Amino acid sequence: MRIPILKLQNYLLVSIQIDLDDQTAIDFQEDLLSKIHKSGASGVVIDLTSVDIIDSFIAKVLGDVVSMSDLMGAKVVLTGIQPAVAMTLIDLGIHLQNVPTALDLEQGLIKLRQELEE
Amino acid sequence: MITKSSVQINKEWDIVGARQMGRELAKDLGFGTVDQARIATAISELARNIYLYAEKGKIAYETVEDMNKKGLKIIASDQGPGINDLSKVMEDGFSTSGGLGAGLPGVKRLMDYFDVVSEPGKGTTITTIKWVR
Repeated sequence: MRIPILKLQNYLLVSIQIDLDDQTAIDFQEDLLSKIHKSGASGVVIDLTSVDIIDSFIAKVLGDVVSMSDLMGAKVVLTGIQPAVAMTLIDLGIHLQNVPTALDLEQGLIKLRQELEE
Repeated sequence: MITKSSVQINKEWDIVGARQMGRELAKDLGFGTVDQARIATAISELARNIYLYAEKGKIAYETVEDMNKKGLKIIASDQGPGINDLSKVMEDGFSTSGGLGAGLPGVKRLMDYFDVVSEPGKGTTITTIKWVR
């Protein structure tokens, strides 16, 4: 299973709508980095509104993809993390402290625009 | 009424199957969405530990009743290498797999009851319970 990555101007938009298994998460990491490379996108929004579980592995993959994209020069914002997912992540001891987040896709795009203007 | 079921963990995708099954059972038992997420996440961590360290094992589910409360018992068992130093794996941030998995302390915080029995060379059994609030 591959997660679709859409291009909108100089942004990439991703909406994760499936229960992520480890391999799909790793494939997504690779796909996103190669899409950033090919498209020259400067910003990425990964929307997690439909994701109802993020375990330590998925959290690590998401955190890593933010750092990796940053190395390539693209800013990533995670959006739409559900209340139950946020509570579970903190219980697990995962804080994702250096990961930019926003409430929803719209706020995520605003945040990206601000970060890229700075 | 006590119901029992289980999912074998043999391949990576079984981790997803195990947590989906746990979430369904939790939903049927009347757990709220936050506790459903906690239970599914705990199962995901336990199933991944089995897959990473023992290669195969089993996640078993049991409904439990105590006085006036209902709960879901999750038992993760394997015949893998076992855990050499139990006190060490219960420390936050300890990992032998290079950072995969928040580890057992995370699972303990997600659930209400947590017990681990392990014998080096023979295997590990982790029993956890979440009570419906």
